[in-house]
Parts: sequence; C-alpha cells; structure tokens
Amino acid sequence: MKNMATGRKNKSVSYARYGYLFILPFFLVYIVFQAYPLINTFYLAFQKYMLTGAGKWVGPKFVGLDNFKNVLTKGYAIRALSNTSIMWIINFIPQIFLALLLAKWFTDTRMRIRGQGLIKVLVFMPNIITAASISVLFYSLMAYPQGPINSLLATLGVIDANIYANPGTAALVAVRFLEKGWYTRIAIAFINFWMWYGNTMIVLISGILGISPTLYEAAEIDGATSGQSFRKITIPLIKPIILYTLVTSLIGGMQMYDVSALMLQDGSPAKAMIQTNTMYIMELVYSGTKDYGRGAAVSILLFIVTAVLSLILFFILRDRDENMVKRRGQK
Amino acid sequence: MKYSVRIGLKKALVYTVSFVLCVMSVMPFLVMFVNASRENYDIQQGISLIPGNMLKENMQTLRDRQNFNVARGMWNSFQVAGLSTVLALYFSTLTAYGLVVYSFRLRKAAFTLIMATMMIPTQVSIVGFFTFMFRMGLTNTYWPLTIPAIASPTVVFFMRQYMLTALPLEMVEAARIDGSSEFNTFNRIALPLMKPALATQAIFIFIGSWNRLFEPTMLISSQDKYTMPMLVALLRSDRFRTDYGTVYLALSLTVLPLIVVYLLLSKHIIRGVALGGVKE
Repeated sequence: MKNMATGRKNKSVSYARYGYLFILPFFLVYIVFQAYPLINTFYLAFQKYMLTGAGKWVGPKFVGLDNFKNVLTKGYAIRALSNTSIMWIINFIPQIFLALLLAKWFTDTRMRIRGQGLIKVLVFMPNIITAASISVLFYSLMAYPQGPINSLLATLGVIDANIYANPGTAALVAVRFLEKGWYTRIAIAFINFWMWYGNTMIVLISGILGISPTLYEAAEIDGATSGQSFRKITIPLIKPIILYTLVTSLIGGMQMYDVSALMLQDGSPAKAMIQTNTMYIMELVYSGTKDYGRGAAVSILLFIVTAVLSLILFFILRDRDENMVKRRGQK
Repeated sequence: MKYSVRIGLKKALVYTVSFVLCVMSVMPFLVMFVNASRENYDIQQGISLIPGNMLKENMQTLRDRQNFNVARGMWNSFQVAGLSTVLALYFSTLTAYGLVVYSFRLRKAAFTLIMATMMIPTQVSIVGFFTFMFRMGLTNTYWPLTIPAIASPTVVFFMRQYMLTALPLEMVEAARIDGSSEFNTFNRIALPLMKPALATQAIFIFIGSWNRLFEPTMLISSQDKYTMPMLVALLRSDRFRTDYGTVYLALSLTVLPLIVVYLLLSKHIIRGVALGGVKE
C-alpha cells in the first residue's frame, strides 16, 4: 500500500517534466527569435550605428538618447505617429459603425434577412486577399489622368471628359489622387475600412448570437422595439467584444505598412501625410545610410505605444479566460 | 404606419445596402480581371465590364518583355507559407498539450507569459531581428521567415481553448495504462482529435504568411527569392507605367488563386473568424 502511493507520487513528478519538455520548443524559439531581437533593438536604439556617405560603417557606439532626440525633433517619428493614428481613426470609426449596423440587421429575428451567407462571403473577401495586391490594384485604379476612377468621374460628368482640358482654367479636371495628401490618406483609410469591416461584422454577429434569446423574448413581451432591445441588451452585452475589436485593430493599425507603403507614389508630396512608423523604420534602415540606430529608436517608440495598448488587451482577455475557466468548473 | 409595412420598408433598405456593399467588394476585382484582357489604349478609354481579347498578348508581354515570373513568386511564397504553417501548427499544439495535460509549477506563469507576448507585434523588433539575422548569415534565406513560426502565441492560445473542450484527460490516462509513451500519446491521440481546429488555423496561418510584405522586404534581397507580395510591389515601378494591361494581368494572377481558395473554404474561414473573435 505504502509502496504504491510513493510509486504514484514519483510518477506524477516525472509527468511534470513532460510539461516543461513540451513547452520548451516554443520558449526556445521565442527567446532566440523574438525576445533577443527585441533586446537587441533596445540596445541599438542607444547606439550610433550606420553607414556613412563614404560607405564606411560607424559604430555601434553608445550615444545615449541622441537617436530618440533626433527622430523626435529633427526626424519624423511624431509625424509618422500622427499620420498612422489619423488614418486608423478615419478607417475605424466608419468601420465599427457599419459593422454594428449590419450585425444588428442580420441578427434581427423580426426581419429574418435571407442570403446572409452570401453577403458574409462577399463582404469578407477583401480581408483574405493580399494587401499588397489590393493596394497596387487601387493604385492603378486611381492613376492620373486616365485611371479607371478618373474615367468613371468623367463619364458621370463630375470632371471634364477631356482630360487635357486646360488645367489652369477648367474648374474640374482629373484628380491627382496619389499626389494630394488628404486624398491619399482617405484612399488608404478606405482600403483598410473596405478590407476589415466584414471581419468586424462577423465577429460582432457571433457575439450577438451568443446572447441568450430569452432576454430578447422577454423584452419583446414587455413591448420593447428592436432599437430599444439593441441599445439596452445587445450593446451592453457585447461591449467586451467591441473593446476587443477596438484594441486589436488599434495595435494592428499602429503597425500599418503594406497599404500605405504601396499607395505612396515615388516622389509624391503626399508622403508627409501618409508615412507611417513602420514605413519610417524601413526608410531609415533600408536607405543608403542604413541607420540602424535611429531605426531602432523609432521601433522602441512604437513598441512603447503598442505595449500600453497590449496591456489593456491583456487584462480584457485574462478576465474573459478566467470567466471561462470558472464556467467550466461549474459544469 | 402599419407594423408589417414598416418591417417591409426596413427590409428593402437592408437588402439595398447589402447589395451595394456586395458590389463594392466585388467591383474592383471585376475591373481588374476585365482589364487584364484589354489593350492598353482601351483601358485608358474607361471602365468596361466586357472582357477584351488581348489576354494572350498581355500574357506574352508579361512573361517575355517584363520578365515577371509569377510562377516563381508563387513557388517561393508557397515554400515560406507551407513550412510556417506546418511548424506553427505542430509546435503550438504541442505547447498547448503541455499546458493542458500536465500540471507543473510554472504552468500558469508560462501561459500568462504566452498571453502577454501574444500582442507584441514582430514589427517593433525588426531592426534588432535584422541585424541579428545578418550576423548569423541568414538574411536572404527563408529561415528567418519560417522558424519563428514555432513560437506563435495566438495559435497556442486558440489550440489551448479548443483542447480544453475537445480532449478528455481520461483518454490520455487510458493511453498511459496501455503503455503509450507521452510523446506517442500526443502524436497518435491528441493531434488527430484536434483536426477541426488544426484545419481552421492552417487556413489562417497559411494565408497570413502568404500575404506578408514587411518582413520579407526587410530580409530578402535577391529577386529570384522574392515572395508574391514583394513581386506585386514591383508592379508600381516605371517599367510598368505604360503597360496597364500587363499590370492588371499580373495582379489578377496573384489574386485569382486566393479567391478560388477562399470561395472553396469560405464556410470554414468565416466560422473561424467568428470563433477567433469571441475566443471562447
């Protein structure tokens, strides 16, 4: 009897070893390929490390906060952060409203909208397609002066059909979409909106479908309109999901690269209004000077912004996970 | 107004808006496919939904004059995305299994750590990653794009959630009694049970990896190793400026496989999005 008990105890100890063994590859790879590069980026952010005009490497040499001061005052870190935020906001606000509206419509039991499967498939489609391809597609559609969008505007009579109509005198000529900051900004925000509202809608619908139908039935018996049910039942109950969508979209949005980088025409003055942080990092590191020090400094600033946002999300998810474990325990 | 009339009107509005949105989703791709078969001059004359008859010529220009090798780009992307998917699936499931099946002192800490790292995007450490890979002589190879997939926190998170409901611990016990080794139990019993979750995650990891542009741009320098999105980025360069037909054709070739795959798997993909969002 005694032997058996100790035997079992030994066995369970040896099983614990398997736990460590099974999670080991994850942590090894994480440390080598993510944690160390992050530490390395921190290190580089405080070094002067770049290629000079003469093609000679300088550094790495410790320069304190110089890189940060440089990108924040002389460089474009603040501009890039504000560009990124503005483009994210003009994409996200219409996105969440449209997604909410569609989710409300498609889950309304009084309307019973048919063909939802097809609608979901179609509006979600842009989300799956390579952002690079989509950006180059819109880049071509918005070409000046004879891109398809300008042609369409001409056909509709919004702009002069003769694209070579004296630009000085004619009031309405073909639009240089890719050279005017606000046009390009809005185009980029639109592409992101177009690519993501379907995704957000599906997430919200699944959240709403998770709400107990008895709540709505009770509200209906009490004479609530569908608008009232939506405001008083749906919205409060899917608030965590809306919050989750907001934070994940914000974290992803802060890393915005593909669409804005490919919508930037070479030499376009719109650059000042659409360059994001990741584009700025790429420019510093990839250009002739290969300025790893300043590139790393911008990365660290981006990391700080992202980390604050991640922290918020972490608490949202943790609370939900704990709720789930509790529910499992009750069962 | 009568209740049924009001509902009827509202339904009409919903169907109209839905129709407009569906057209909005499809239209750019439609214009792209049509323009792929039109002549340069016609494309400049305006939008048309009637295909032209220049598809073959555009194909020839793309291949011979522009040296734009779509097949090569696809094969490159396929290698990167394929290996990333296999690594991410296997090791994430292994990690999730370790966290769910065994109880050990650091279990909770490990899971918390994985969750904390989940939302740190790779972009913020790209400079340190690049210089490190450069020192190791791994730039311009696919290793930096694939090996890190072994540590995919979001996939671990998803697999763990699924495993909590799909893998009865009694089954693991039973396998132990039958003399199966721990590793064998994972490979032969747990992994097959996870098939539905593996399939959903496979689609998302593969497409996500296929679509990546930032990291490959930073790490890959020789053009014969370019992945598909990198190749697409070249279409904006000057040599394509006057060749609209070939640009649309090249874009169509990059988009078409994804649309086909999407339409075949759309049911699973949309269910996966719904599941992933709620994370329960």
